[in-house]
Amino acid sequence: MKKLLLKNGRVVDPASGRDAKLDVLIAGGKIAEVGAGLSSPDAEVLDMKGLVVCPGFIDMHVHLREPGQEWKETVATGTRAAAAGGFTGIACMPNTIPVNDSRSVTEFIAAQAAEQGTVAVYPIGCVTKGQMGEELAEMGDMIEAGARAFSDDGKPVLSSLIMRKALEYSQIFDLPIIDHCEDPVLVDGGVMNEGDVSTRLGLRGWPGVAEDVMVERDIMLAEYTGGHVHIAHMSTGRSADLVREGKRRNVRVTCEVTPHHLVLTDEAVATYDTSAKMNPPLRDESDRTALIEALADGTVDAIATDHAPHHSDEKCVEFALAPFGIVGLETAISLCLGLVHEQAITLERMVELFTVGPARILHLDKGTLAQGADADITVLDPDRELTLEAASFESKSANSPFLGWKVRGAPVMTLVGGRIVHDARAISPSR
Amino acid sequence: MQLKAPHLLGIEQLEPDEITLVLDTAESLAEISRREIKKVPTLRGRTVVNFFVEPSTRTLSSFELAEKRLSADTLNFSASKSSFVKGETLLDTAKNLEAMAPDFIVMRHNQAGAPHFLARHCSSSIINAGDGAHEHPTQALLDAYTIRQRKGALKGLRVAIIGDILHSRVARSNILLLTRMGAEVTLCGPPTLIPREVERMGCGVTHRMEEALEGVNVVMMLRIQLERMHAGFFPSLREYARLYGLDARRFQRAANDAIIMHPGPMNRGVEIMSDVADGNASVILEQVTNGVAVRMAVLYLLAGGVEREEAAA
Repeated sequence: MKKLLLKNGRVVDPASGRDAKLDVLIAGGKIAEVGAGLSSPDAEVLDMKGLVVCPGFIDMHVHLREPGQEWKETVATGTRAAAAGGFTGIACMPNTIPVNDSRSVTEFIAAQAAEQGTVAVYPIGCVTKGQMGEELAEMGDMIEAGARAFSDDGKPVLSSLIMRKALEYSQIFDLPIIDHCEDPVLVDGGVMNEGDVSTRLGLRGWPGVAEDVMVERDIMLAEYTGGHVHIAHMSTGRSADLVREGKRRNVRVTCEVTPHHLVLTDEAVATYDTSAKMNPPLRDESDRTALIEALADGTVDAIATDHAPHHSDEKCVEFALAPFGIVGLETAISLCLGLVHEQAITLERMVELFTVGPARILHLDKGTLAQGADADITVLDPDRELTLEAASFESKSANSPFLGWKVRGAPVMTLVGGRIVHDARAISPSR
Repeated sequence: MQLKAPHLLGIEQLEPDEITLVLDTAESLAEISRREIKKVPTLRGRTVVNFFVEPSTRTLSSFELAEKRLSADTLNFSASKSSFVKGETLLDTAKNLEAMAPDFIVMRHNQAGAPHFLARHCSSSIINAGDGAHEHPTQALLDAYTIRQRKGALKGLRVAIIGDILHSRVARSNILLLTRMGAEVTLCGPPTLIPREVERMGCGVTHRMEEALEGVNVVMMLRIQLERMHAGFFPSLREYARLYGLDARRFQRAANDAIIMHPGPMNRGVEIMSDVADGNASVILEQVTNGVAVRMAVLYLLAGGVEREEAAA
């Protein structure tokens, strides 16, 4: 494999606390050296002037839809979308058809990823057999096939008893239980955030408290059992408070938020736009600002997209009948760089939330540019101006509320194991 | 003067002067229904599709009468007879309707936002005849017409809307219209049937009926549905009637010349007792009569809108 030398970039590597104009030498798919004024006669030199060189970004919450719903996305298209969006690794949720609750399905996903994947894929196995919330799935077996975490995702573990057992059992492997925190009884068919907008629109409300009660339960169970619970796509200010308090008590709780909950509110639903329908739903402005505060103060551990592709036929229906979810892989970084430009968070913090943050949660030996680490690298152009367009998506689906948005900042190059898997440095900004 | 939008999707879109325009127009058209020959040629050659995905008798009849009195060609397209029940999507149904090139589609649907969806995908003029728990604009307009007929003006009136606000499109359209026209609106019902943060629509809320009725000029009762009891919103119709049923004794708290309204169909003995439903203060049947004139006015004004578009093209 050819040696590469990334010259003159700003290296931001929160895991090592580095933020400086440095060069990065890549050899044999690994980081050979990071330092000033590096040279290597046999390396291809890539000019990184004006760009930010970061450890490879990891999206720990993606729906690849394969097996079972290949018309929405596949491992091949989903990982291409990831590479284009600046991600070098993604964790995929188990709500496929069949669900990923056994070694054979995990192996299938891993095999597809090895054969057709552009970036690393970390399968997430089910917590319970059939995602039914009744009996624990074979976690150990799935880990041997490559699983890195467990979650029943859209069907949250409703039984506190099963959740307790999952948090106990998963300690054998020291991997987290990821919970989509939603009390479905309390949500009662809600399709958007419950508040003045749902009242005005006459749509059934999905109250934030239905998330909060589950977050609190999970934190209490993690505290009691010593297990590690990870709160998926946290959407309310109250849940952020609960996680903050839990962390203060040294409970093993971590959490992620999505870019869309950081930049949109439930007002985006006002025209019954189904591309603003996701679960958990967009919340109100006070929740949005509380989440940004939680990003800044360290409460949040990761930003994850909850990339949820759906075909346009499925989304082009009455609002309440449309499936939940939006694609996110190819818009996440630009949206988050927007938060950096607004000075809601620093660039270092943003990079941390996409790299070492998720790597720690999933116990991945990734997310750093330390010497000897895998050369997974994401290069950002923080000032590139572009319009987000479906036509430029690698994903099979285009269910995004951000189409037509003019943004500043974009991922421009992605390297996985020292190999360039996406390079948009030369594309003119007015594409 | 004309309506600004080519559709009537909700009261939400109407400015106060547009509301007044509809009511004034309805007033001049009401006379047609009192003639011996109850028909004018205004919409001759125009096609109206009444696309009712949710069952309705009075709204559909009222629209049909309004359309016929204006000489439009009408076609009723109901859910039970359409391919809708065979799993066709709303988008495909809309495109098929569109292919028949109707001038108007009057739509009743159980999903909030369905007429807005239709408006995005069709070039016909869409009239919302009730969408889920969202809006029922022609009901609010006919209610306003009825109030204006009895009270002269809407501004400054005190109106109580009592019952299941949560699931009521009639309530939402009326709150929007009445507050926009300067009336003071108080909602009343059990907390389980009051939607979150509804005060932000500019109305007051109370859970005590006596308080809601005190000195009001208009009492608007809403239908309570039995299935809400099964869904746990209240324990029994009996208790509901005791707490929120309107009878002559409770009605005494309202202003001396207060009127009683109900969008129908009524549950006698539950939300409204016969002594007041059939009493002198009741304008419930006037509402039905006025519905035709108001819907004629909406069709007439939107037809003007269509003409305007053609002139521009």
